[in-house]
Amino acid sequence: MALAACGGPYSALAPAGPVAANVALLWWIMAAGATIIFLAVFVALAIVWRRPALLGAAPERRLILWGGLALPGAILLLLLAAAFVLGERLVAAAREDEGAIEVIGRRWEWSFRYPGAAGAVSTGTLHIPAGEDVAFRVISEDVIHAFWIPRLGGKIDAIPGHVTRIRLRADAPGVYGGVCAEFCGTDHAAMFFRVEAHPPERYADVLAGLARETGQ
Amino acid sequence: MTERMTDPDAPPATPTPPSEPPRLSPIRLHKALSAAWGTPPGLGRLSAVNHTVLGKRFIIAAFVFFAIGGALAMLIRVQLATSETAFVGPDVYNQFFTMHGSVMMFLFAIPMFEGFAIYLLPKMLGARDMAFPRLTAYGFWCYVFGGAILVAALVAGVAPNGGWFMYTPLTSSTYTPGINSDVWLLGVTFVEISALTAAIEITVSVLKLRAPGMSIDRMPIMAWYLLITAFMMLFGFPPLILGSILLELERAADLPFFDPLRGGDPLLWQHLFWLFGHPEVYIIFLPAAGAVSMMIPTFARHELVGYRTVVVAVMAVAFLSFGLWVHHMFTVGIPHLALAFFSAASGLVAIPTAVQIFAWLGTIAAGRPRYDVPMLYLGGFLAVFVIGGLTGVMLAMVPFNFQAHDTHFVVAHLHYVLVGGFVFPMLAATYYWLPHITGRACERRLAVPAFWLIFVGFNLTFFLMHLTGLAGMPRRVWTYPESAGWDGLNLLSSVGGFLTAMGFALFVMDIVVQLRFGRRFRRNPWQARTLEWATPTPPPAYAFAALPRIADRADRLDPGAIGVALARGEGYLGFDRDGRMETLAVEMASGAPQQVVVLPKPTYLPLATGLATGAVVLALLFKLYLVALLGLAATLALFLAWTPSCGARADSGPLPIGMGETAPPHWEAARPPSWWAMVFTLAADATLFGSLLFGGVFLAVVGPAVPAPPIVLPPALLIGAGAALVAGAAAAAFAVRRLVAGRSPAAALLAALVLPLAAVALLLPVIGGLGDPTLHASRAVTFVTLAYLILHALIAALFAGFGLWRMRAGFLSATRSLDLRLGALWHGYSAAAGIAGLAFLCGLSLLGVVLPAVPGVEGGPP
Repeated sequence: MALAACGGPYSALAPAGPVAANVALLWWIMAAGATIIFLAVFVALAIVWRRPALLGAAPERRLILWGGLALPGAILLLLLAAAFVLGERLVAAAREDEGAIEVIGRRWEWSFRYPGAAGAVSTGTLHIPAGEDVAFRVISEDVIHAFWIPRLGGKIDAIPGHVTRIRLRADAPGVYGGVCAEFCGTDHAAMFFRVEAHPPERYADVLAGLARETGQ
Repeated sequence: MTERMTDPDAPPATPTPPSEPPRLSPIRLHKALSAAWGTPPGLGRLSAVNHTVLGKRFIIAAFVFFAIGGALAMLIRVQLATSETAFVGPDVYNQFFTMHGSVMMFLFAIPMFEGFAIYLLPKMLGARDMAFPRLTAYGFWCYVFGGAILVAALVAGVAPNGGWFMYTPLTSSTYTPGINSDVWLLGVTFVEISALTAAIEITVSVLKLRAPGMSIDRMPIMAWYLLITAFMMLFGFPPLILGSILLELERAADLPFFDPLRGGDPLLWQHLFWLFGHPEVYIIFLPAAGAVSMMIPTFARHELVGYRTVVVAVMAVAFLSFGLWVHHMFTVGIPHLALAFFSAASGLVAIPTAVQIFAWLGTIAAGRPRYDVPMLYLGGFLAVFVIGGLTGVMLAMVPFNFQAHDTHFVVAHLHYVLVGGFVFPMLAATYYWLPHITGRACERRLAVPAFWLIFVGFNLTFFLMHLTGLAGMPRRVWTYPESAGWDGLNLLSSVGGFLTAMGFALFVMDIVVQLRFGRRFRRNPWQARTLEWATPTPPPAYAFAALPRIADRADRLDPGAIGVALARGEGYLGFDRDGRMETLAVEMASGAPQQVVVLPKPTYLPLATGLATGAVVLALLFKLYLVALLGLAATLALFLAWTPSCGARADSGPLPIGMGETAPPHWEAARPPSWWAMVFTLAADATLFGSLLFGGVFLAVVGPAVPAPPIVLPPALLIGAGAALVAGAAAAAFAVRRLVAGRSPAAALLAALVLPLAAVALLLPVIGGLGDPTLHASRAVTFVTLAYLILHALIAALFAGFGLWRMRAGFLSATRSLDLRLGALWHGYSAAAGIAGLAFLCGLSLLGVVLPAVPGVEGGPP
């Protein structure tokens, strides 16, 4: 069953880009750490119940100090530092957005506008070049949606009156699934989209083709 | 007495000290106290104000709502069991999950803990009731009527359908034109009245209504937990109530607080909601943790280790919980450094939680632990809650949150935290305290299989759901395609859900069996060492025939010996004084006896007031605003009808309270419970107002830059209104001084009545000259701020009028000045809010002047 989560077109644990890969790695480290901590708590419970003598005389203070303060403090500090470094690459890097693809959420579909490609627009399918960072400007025309391509990493909300930004990269050409993650009403469940990552050398042609379709 | 009030030269009457009522035999004392405290039978039950009765009613009602929420959960699991299930469509499904969340949060968790608190607190503290029994009853009716409105909407198919956190603009009138959102906004706010009344009551009861000698550092640990929780409610609920009012105003009157095209911002709703919503999680968890801290010492046969450390840890949790609401909003585009701050705060909260867990483990290590049914459920609590805490730390990490947010991973996490942190401890608490309610000892036969069904079923449902979320399944989808690969996990989750439901069915059967066939016992079946076990079981209406003197920490007592002595009337108030319902109030820190609190008799007024309030809510729901206004007047009149039975028309002086000591009745004391209740009410009110000002600043500074039309605020009117409010407050304070000095406060009261009305008269043209408040959010904020100040000035005038009425009716004297002092508190707050609000409006209109200076904007949006 655990394997089921690791596969599939929408699995955050089947990363296809650096952001998703880093978060997946973070997840596996945290999952392992959490398992160890969970087991440690129950080993501690077994000891205090059955063999408190193992803890020496008057163990209460040491239990509270080490188990309650020192250990979780140290773990948290490490984790926060790692998450901050990773977050800088994920969130902070999304600031500049020259040439960003504009993502428009509306009930209940996604449209994508490609600047610099003669007004090319696509709905339901997002075209990106593989192997390079792609910047997105995300807006909404009605209610709040959330733009999420699990295998590439991170999601960002589409909020009316706001512009949000995110940068993603697909390592290899291929097709990836995208979903709306923020509840947006009746057909929220149907607000999937398709991501096609093209080899960089063919990307300009794809956009030109899109521009022709849009023009018609 | 009225004569004396108008004649300043009359000498103050010196009351003759009354003698102590005669001692009675235990049986006759029981009969006399039962007659005084009992709830009438038959329809008279609707007049109940007793905490034992109402505590049980809260618990039963909360359990009924839990069953409703659980049934909804099962329907959700049926729908999601396989891909493309044709069971219900999205319109029904969206109501199911919204109602499941809302029912569980607002109609189950909070009222359930309130029920436990109301039933147990006075008994743990050695008091005969809560501080405001009629308020308990009113809160109960508000809760039941509000819940009924929500459930009726579900039956009628017009239940809220925007998710339990009601994000706008989805819940705005544009995208939800029906009454679905109004049902939530009005119904939940109605229920929250009961949360606020309970918070005030718990705070005052813990601080004031304790057994003599129980200093604050001797309180049972649960009293600490409940005190801190109640404080959190006082400051956590007002932002949500304000948010609900603003969103309802936007829906009903088109005031654009959240509309980005007119200077509003949907993110303001999220800030207000989570400013409440995150503390809410700890408001639910902490009382349960308090119950855990009571049960572990009993079964470890050792007092809680690190009592002070635990108190500090709980305070730290409470403090931190107000600083991490943004972790629900990591993906709305907030700069990373700010996210990192909230991320650290969110992680940090794990430390005081871990301190509590290890204090419990330390208690077991220090004692001689013994197994029984509650301990089994506490084992389940530990396992489930620790997992929830660990996934909580994961979600606090920004990069991981970006992937997991709004997926089933979060659904799994929040169920681990809430079911682990609340439901399992409450199941344990039910088995622990049920013998107290029924007088019958706990049986194991069904309790153990029920536990395993619930525990295995729960983990099957929700452990796998972490993986479903990581596999990319967003929350709140009514269906999913087979190609997504989520079928297997979802089917197993549904199977687990039905196992859990069977476990709860078995639990209900077990409770019924225990009620019918449990073995009767005398007293204290668990050999606990806290005071609630010193009452007879089941407890009589008066709880204690006499109040004990506490000479040690309240978890080191011998309830058996204390209970026998108290039943004989040995202790404070161990007598019947003219059938009055009396308990003691103590000095807050030291626990020295201070006042005799005389509590009100059973009355239908809370029911009538609750019905009138319900009529207001229904009228607002169906947009009958004139009816709503009439209902409001009726509610107010009914509240005033509560007062004639309070206080006295003659000075009594100190009364004997037994043990050779005396204390004045509470209305002759300097700081009676109602004085503190007013202080805490105003603190909550100030939080609401502060949230409004925060909203105004947020919209002006952070919100979408839509140029605002100018706001005209005539300075003369504002300064005049502010001055009138301050002068009114001074007059109200002066009235108190006159009265206490034995002189007539009539003239000062009249001034305190007229001056706020003058302020209203000055503010009305300001509101009138504002122009259309629907044009821009800054105008709407100005409008609401002015309306808030006008409302407070009107209530201040009402207090002054009330003072005059009480004076004429003879309730006031130099020693009986409470009514005026309550009014003076309100006046003082209204003046302070007036100054702050008017200054804020001036600032806001200055911002409005500055903003249109941006080139290219003239009136409407570009």
